Amino acid sequence: MIRFDSVTKTYPKQNRPALRDVSLEIEKGEFVFLVGSSGSGKSTFLRLILREERTDTGMVHVLGKDLARLSNWKVPHMRRQLGTVFQDFRLLPNKTVAENVAFALEVIGKPRGTIRKTVPEVLDLVGLAGKEDRMPGELSGGEQQRVAIARAFVNRPMLLIADEPTGNLDPQTSVGIMRLLDRINRTGTTVVMATHDQNIVDQMRKRVIELEKGRLVRDQSRGVYGYQH
Amino acid sequence: MRAQFVLSEIGVGLRRNLTMTFAVVISVALSLALTGGALLANKQVDSMKGYWYDKVQVTIYMCNKGDAASTPNCARGAVTDDQKAEILKTLKAQPIVDKVYYESAEQAYKHYQEQFKRSPLASSVTPDQMQENYRVKLKDPTKFAIIASLFNGHPGVQSVSDQREVLKNLFDLLGGMTTVAYVVLAFMLTVAMLLIVNTVRVSAFSRRRETGIMRLVGASSFYIQMPFIMEAAFAGLVGAGLACAMLLGGRYFMVDAGLKLQDKIPLVSFLGWDSVIGVLPLVLLIGVVMPALAAFVALRRYLKV
Repeated sequence: MIRFDSVTKTYPKQNRPALRDVSLEIEKGEFVFLVGSSGSGKSTFLRLILREERTDTGMVHVLGKDLARLSNWKVPHMRRQLGTVFQDFRLLPNKTVAENVAFALEVIGKPRGTIRKTVPEVLDLVGLAGKEDRMPGELSGGEQQRVAIARAFVNRPMLLIADEPTGNLDPQTSVGIMRLLDRINRTGTTVVMATHDQNIVDQMRKRVIELEKGRLVRDQSRGVYGYQH
Repeated sequence: MRAQFVLSEIGVGLRRNLTMTFAVVISVALSLALTGGALLANKQVDSMKGYWYDKVQVTIYMCNKGDAASTPNCARGAVTDDQKAEILKTLKAQPIVDKVYYESAEQAYKHYQEQFKRSPLASSVTPDQMQENYRVKLKDPTKFAIIASLFNGHPGVQSVSDQREVLKNLFDLLGGMTTVAYVVLAFMLTVAMLLIVNTVRVSAFSRRRETGIMRLVGASSFYIQMPFIMEAAFAGLVGAGLACAMLLGGRYFMVDAGLKLQDKIPLVSFLGWDSVIGVLPLVLLIGVVMPALAAFVALRRYLKV
């Protein structure tokens, strides 16, 4: 599903590499936590998977494709097979819940019939049935994140990338979001989630990958968050 | 690709950016009106050139009594009938000569009076000051030099004049004005382009949230860029439409009504409606393609995958 082969990435005008010689493999259907303090390279790791950045040396394979050899115009097609969720939800404030989810399908040219059918289905799945016509501003943080997850999942992606999806949520709401991500993972979708949330990692007992100053320092199946920060 | 969705996005974009859209429409309208105007002016000058050069003749002025004192060539007095006959014979023998008309001093006087009706010059001239002349129409008006060399200094000839010389200055002036118009319109088009580039940038910036999400969910860059390009093209089309209206209106008010140039300058045959309508498709095409291209260039640097 995802393979990193001695990946190094340095941003311009920075001395220290954001990622240094990272090699790992994530299999189909896995649920992986990506932990590490700020600046440890988590975001860079995710950005490389999304091909928002390119490696300096080493290879990144996602969904069986070598991203270095993927031409620019094929990148959108690759991204359609990925779902992404962020800490700040990234919803369109002037569109309703249903429109926000439908937007993801409209911009990749899905027919209207498909959109009308799949949007209520996925909103039902994330537990937002009956809130289709609300605006994002009227929803709680947890509900907004559910909309974002619905949008990420509406295409039934093989891989879901979540960058601190519970970062802005209280512990109880976070648990609900994690249950949802777990459910999505059980449908066969691989989930890679960057997080700072110790409780969640410790509770879920999934594979944990820890980065520190750009190096891979721990890769543990059924792991915990690790030392205190 | 869903037309309705795209159209609604374009509408939102144009409304959100109304003042800039307005600026684009107006600058495109003005620069395109000028483009069309310059093209038409050029055509007008060309058609006038053709019309006039066809009419102009070489005139051979013959000596009259008054010239004897002022012109050395006429020192022996007015032209004689023999000399006139000889000039005519020589003229007719030239293969480049098409037609020869004779104008007597009285006829020349009458023409002069007609031409300068409203000028004080008319009353200051008397018939015996006018010269008898031959008006020579050449098959090729550019071959004037042959006639000039044949008859300059010929007994009884006061001077040979090529009317093209007079017109040449006028057409040089008109041509110069057209060039100036082209330079001005090049600046105007540049300004319009820069304005479009800037407008598209502002538009892309104000919608970076949408475009960011579009990128995220895997919309193709064509799909992301198209609304902006279409917006620019639409604004350009409206501007081009206004430019067309200005050109049609301009022709109507300058030639037919208002200034009524056709009545005031009957000598000039102004371009017809067909010529004006002929440049409109070009104006519309430039109006759509130029903004779309400017938008495309602006976005290449702004919206990356």
